[in-house]
Amino acid sequence: MKLVVAVLLVAASYRLDAQVTSERILRAADEPQNWLTYSGGYSSQRYSLLKQIDTSNVKNLELKWMVQNQVFGPWESSPLVVDGIMYLTQRPNDVMAIDAKTGRMFWLYRYTNSGRQQVCCGAQNRGVAMLGDTLFMGTLDAHLVAIDAKNGKPLWTTLVADDKLAYSITLAPLVVKDKVIIGVGGAEYGIRGFVAAYDPRSGKELWRFYTIPGAGEQGSETWSGQAWEHGGGSVWVTGSYDPALNLTYWGVGNPGPDWNPDQRPGDNLYTDSVVALDPDTGKLKWHYQFTPNDGYDYDSVQVPVLADLMWKGTLTKAMLWANRNGNFYVLDRETGKFLSGTPFVKVNWMNGFDEGGKPIQTPQPVGMPTYPGVQGGTNWYSPSYSPRTGLFYVSAWENYGSIYRKEPVEYEAGRRFNGGAGATVKPVPDAPVMPGPAAARSPINTWTNAVGNGAVIAIDPKTGQAKWKFQMYDVTDAGILTTAGDVLFTGGREGYFHALDARTGAVLWKTYLGGAIMSAPVTYSIDGKQYVIVNSGNVMATFALRE
Amino acid sequence: MLGLRPLLGAAASFTLVAALSAQNAPQNQQTASDHFVIETGARLYGAQCSVCHGTNGDQINGVDLRANKFLTVRSDEDLTRLLASGRPAAGMPSFAVLHTDEARAIIAYIRSNFDATTDGVKIGDAARGATIFDGKGGCTSCHRVNGRGAYSATDLTEIGTVRTPASLLRALVEPAQAILPANRSVRVVTKDGRTIRGRRVNEDTYTIQLIDEQSRLVSLLKSDLRSFELVPATSMPSFQNTLTADERADLVSYLLSLKGR
Repeated sequence: MKLVVAVLLVAASYRLDAQVTSERILRAADEPQNWLTYSGGYSSQRYSLLKQIDTSNVKNLELKWMVQNQVFGPWESSPLVVDGIMYLTQRPNDVMAIDAKTGRMFWLYRYTNSGRQQVCCGAQNRGVAMLGDTLFMGTLDAHLVAIDAKNGKPLWTTLVADDKLAYSITLAPLVVKDKVIIGVGGAEYGIRGFVAAYDPRSGKELWRFYTIPGAGEQGSETWSGQAWEHGGGSVWVTGSYDPALNLTYWGVGNPGPDWNPDQRPGDNLYTDSVVALDPDTGKLKWHYQFTPNDGYDYDSVQVPVLADLMWKGTLTKAMLWANRNGNFYVLDRETGKFLSGTPFVKVNWMNGFDEGGKPIQTPQPVGMPTYPGVQGGTNWYSPSYSPRTGLFYVSAWENYGSIYRKEPVEYEAGRRFNGGAGATVKPVPDAPVMPGPAAARSPINTWTNAVGNGAVIAIDPKTGQAKWKFQMYDVTDAGILTTAGDVLFTGGREGYFHALDARTGAVLWKTYLGGAIMSAPVTYSIDGKQYVIVNSGNVMATFALRE
Repeated sequence: MLGLRPLLGAAASFTLVAALSAQNAPQNQQTASDHFVIETGARLYGAQCSVCHGTNGDQINGVDLRANKFLTVRSDEDLTRLLASGRPAAGMPSFAVLHTDEARAIIAYIRSNFDATTDGVKIGDAARGATIFDGKGGCTSCHRVNGRGAYSATDLTEIGTVRTPASLLRALVEPAQAILPANRSVRVVTKDGRTIRGRRVNEDTYTIQLIDEQSRLVSLLKSDLRSFELVPATSMPSFQNTLTADERADLVSYLLSLKGR
């Protein structure tokens, strides 16, 4: 008996001693029981090789345990799971270490923000990154914090940018080799965005890439006058990494001011673009801009999904991207070359592309609706790609538009720098404005699908066409997880947790959790049992097959 | 625009003061000078308040100026005091520099539910409107106000906080164009052959909730339904011919006065 206890103790402590290396993240597919980085692996496919739960038995899922978030507000966080321990954040900047088998907590770390922090869109945090035994979290007051994964104590805190200028960090950092890479938010307040890398031991900044080029730098010719100084270009969703090409990819947000492009003539690089950076130096290798001179707040902060596909007969290192601007793109991730662009929702701000892949813009008359609307055809919601089905899955807002209004705005440090507004098209003229964010319509949906609906769209990257669609009644901000069991997990505003057949879109199982699902599910395995988790309202619910 | 710093619309002030002095209308009646005041308020709001409160007045947590939902304010006097003092702890500066009449204009705009385009919408007498609501209009045979009336159409107890004069008038003359899709009548037939008619109160991907013609709350799984149709026409009649323009103006005035209990 004593021996058994000793062995168990050794096994338990071994779990805690495990070191997460960049090498391990690189080979995340070799340990599908874990979830080592925000999107599950460097390719950001949010696809798991676990297949204990499959299309035939998913109907036997049952609730195992829950975590009750003590902080109210949309829960956009996606956890890591490392050797049986889950690392999960809650608003504004709390980190929890949880036994991923029972839900019991090891420790809770609470970071105290400066009180000056300003965020346009809620006190969000989307998760942590891990290297060695250290967790890394960006904070609302624009600091990067290193936390001891064993006891939740802070190891160091680094100032990333000035919160008085409304810089903030809401994304989960990305560890690449021996660096921690983050991006900053604040384009609604006239920041100049950047991606930066930090030394995981000291917190020292190693390089910084400004998403808005300075005067004289390459790309500055796409700005006029001093507009670049407050040009926006936030980076608020985690990027990806291709080790063979040694490139890290990041989606860049909207230009500032959001809705008044007249104040910033030019294409406004590298806003609404994807940038490919050398992770060792931060040097730009290539870029592709989805929405030049954007007047619609079409942030390109989607997760860059990397997949190798046969493209017109050639095995191609591709990047798949369903953009907030309503188009699904295939790019060559080695060169940035535009391979295709196809609308996946109703789009009227543009019509077609020129030979170089630049959209041909078709601005709508003043007062008329632009599609997609201000929340986009999709947004930051994690998409998924299943190598088994060859399909790309995106959470979309269909038939949803906004009426945009632009007006001059003068920059004032730390204040809103929007230059107009985008008002969601209403179900009837003068319909009451619902409390909360403009697009909020749950739990009582008085707007109905008359002003758009949510959907999971399964896109065949080779054609850009939908293979199937699962339409929801309300809209969705939930991300998507697919597995080698050919199950697709997702949610939506309504509060249902859906399991769909990844090949057909058929509903295999669902359960009503009662709170909006605003993040992406994650799956992992402990002692041979596969779990799938999802945040709904203020609850994280954990499911596994009935015994 | 220089952010929050109060700027004076000085040129407008003379005419504004004149119009305000001429104003002597009973409550709930809008006159030409009201329109001018509200329009002035709209301009001032755009210049002074919208930076933080937003164009729709709902950008500050817990506050919806357009719907007249405040944290502490109740009366116009409270609003006047708040404009003068600001709320420094919450980041709202003092607007004491505004002329009294400018402050009144902003308040009038807020109280109009941000409807500066009331041209053509005549606002009559609320008391007469209440009589029409209960009597000639027959409104209570479907609608409910402050616990009186039927359930088959929407409860109007707070309608004055969420609808503008223009949309209320449109609801009276073109009800099919003004009804919210969520309030549309539905006709469902269940797989076991029951037919249920009622008003939709909520819906999602898998279920629908309604209140049926017998005022029962009903929740149905869509998978249990044989058919589900939205009734294209609303059962609400148009009052284009059955009420006079003055009567409609009185009714709009009464509806605008309904601000909850």
